[in-house]
Amino acid sequence: MLRGYLLRRMLHGFFLLAGISILSFVLLELAPGDFLGEAKLNPQLSPQTLLALRERYGLDQTLPQKYIQWLGSVADGSFGISFAYNLPVSQLLWPRARKTLQLTLTSLALSWLLALPLGVWSAAGRDGWLDRTVRIVTSILIALPDLVLACVLFFVAVQTGRFRSGGPALPVTILVLAALPMLVRHVRSAVLDVSSQPYVRVARSHGIAGARLWFRWLLPAAANPLCSLFGLSVAGLISSSLLVETVVGWPGLGPLFLEAIAARDFYLVIGPVILSATFLIAGVLVGDLLLYAVDPRIRIRQ
Amino acid sequence: MKQLRSNQRLGTTGLICLHVAVLGAGFLAPYDPAEQNRAFTLQPPTRIRFVDGQGQFHALPFVMGVDGRARSLRFFVAGAKYRWLGGPSSRIHLFGVDEPGHIFLLGTDEFGRDQFSRMLCGGQISLLTGWLAALLALGLGLGLGLVAGFFGGWRDALIMRGAELFLALPWLYLLLAIRAFLPLSLSPWTTTLAIALLTGIIGWTRPARLVRGVVMSAKERDYVYAARGFGASSWHLIARHCLPETYGVLFTQMALLVPQFILAEVALSFLGLGIGDPAVSWGTLLAPLRQLAIVASAWWMLLPALFVAATAWCFSLLDNEGERNGAVP
Repeated sequence: MLRGYLLRRMLHGFFLLAGISILSFVLLELAPGDFLGEAKLNPQLSPQTLLALRERYGLDQTLPQKYIQWLGSVADGSFGISFAYNLPVSQLLWPRARKTLQLTLTSLALSWLLALPLGVWSAAGRDGWLDRTVRIVTSILIALPDLVLACVLFFVAVQTGRFRSGGPALPVTILVLAALPMLVRHVRSAVLDVSSQPYVRVARSHGIAGARLWFRWLLPAAANPLCSLFGLSVAGLISSSLLVETVVGWPGLGPLFLEAIAARDFYLVIGPVILSATFLIAGVLVGDLLLYAVDPRIRIRQ
Repeated sequence: MKQLRSNQRLGTTGLICLHVAVLGAGFLAPYDPAEQNRAFTLQPPTRIRFVDGQGQFHALPFVMGVDGRARSLRFFVAGAKYRWLGGPSSRIHLFGVDEPGHIFLLGTDEFGRDQFSRMLCGGQISLLTGWLAALLALGLGLGLGLVAGFFGGWRDALIMRGAELFLALPWLYLLLAIRAFLPLSLSPWTTTLAIALLTGIIGWTRPARLVRGVVMSAKERDYVYAARGFGASSWHLIARHCLPETYGVLFTQMALLVPQFILAEVALSFLGLGIGDPAVSWGTLLAPLRQLAIVASAWWMLLPALFVAATAWCFSLLDNEGERNGAVP
């Protein structure tokens, strides 16, 4: 049963990826100018050389030809060739992707590990000092744009001399602070929603209280909306990560992607786009699996 | 309409002040935003004093010029030429000091341009992009959401699959991927429109989904069935019975989307793919922060970032969804 569910979700993700890749090819094909735009202005290059270069890079082919060729290169794992580096895209992409994953996965784990207890505590001691503090801090942080947060924390780090260039502490802190408030707020409201349900009152009136009430009855029900939030939080972290990497100079996917856009390095633009979509889809898939684990209704519906 | 909460009143007041200040940027700003003072690069904010060296108090505040002489602040002074909203031109500025004195309320950047003037003028492009993009996204979302929700069937399936495609990419990657297909350097005006267009196009999914949901429940009401029975056309049903129910959703989405799109412009320009020099937007004001030397030595370059944050915060106060989502029962 689980296998069927998993298979269907993966197939869905696969179709999404195919759609995205076709869409990006069409968009980039529409783009005026290509990698050789600057070379054309160079008087030392003869038209013959330019033609030869076009042919070598495959820029003279039609869109479907390019796409099919690219699919072939995906199959052999190279993801096309980067014109600027004259290397397979995968060779450039993997080291950068690893760096980005280091950041996002650490921040993902940390922010959820902090958000769950904070949100539950805050909901349990509703209107107490912890709840009020959490509410005020989250409402301030939630409106704070990621970019501003990154700039301010980077500034503080540089001014206090605590900034160890190249270390992951600063970017991870920024990312956790960017993701945390939204998560805490949702955890809190999910728990509050569940605790006002009639069945909880019934459980209380039957003398079920304390840890048993929380772990057996409240939290499993509250986990449901949080599972779908998991995928969303991955999406948010990947976007924030691009900004944070640029601010603190972390050699992840973000800087490579920007460089590729500026150079019109066709396949090096496609690579990070597909990769970021894959991360997001994988995040959503994990969320779906968690949902399958905590929500019996999903299992029965199969 | 319910009474506005005090939060919302605060947010509205802040936003009105902001928009008035940005629209009247030419008058409120003491200098031309593009004017370079090579003698005053990276100056910290000018100190405005009331007490001079002899301990004497002055009712009119003054600043110290480079020549060491005090120059008092003057109001309604003639200065650089500007235009009121692109219309009539004028030379009168709200305040200024006589040359060779200078007043830089937020300091100057690496070319000696007045950051305060740049921030006010930069707001014009940033706010314009935000509003244009939000209107576009809401228009698209409303249209597609109405069609998907009202007609259902293959139209619904097509539109919702399309929305999924847009939602399967992290928003910044999506924005940059679409940005990649425009020429890199465009005139500031074209870039503004292009950015508004891009962000508007990628932002339609959420409003469309919400509108679809509202319409799907609206079209099931008894009076809609009755109207249909009397032979009302689909167009009439949509315009008369479904559309009015979506206004609430549209308003909340507006309060969410405008700041989000302002930030999208800021992010694009910050990354060097949006508005470029000599035009100025809030994003280009933040762009120097990518240089470590500036972050390390010029703290006042960070002030525009705080201003952007304040704007986003004002917008967030308008949205009472946040309150429902945790703050107030």
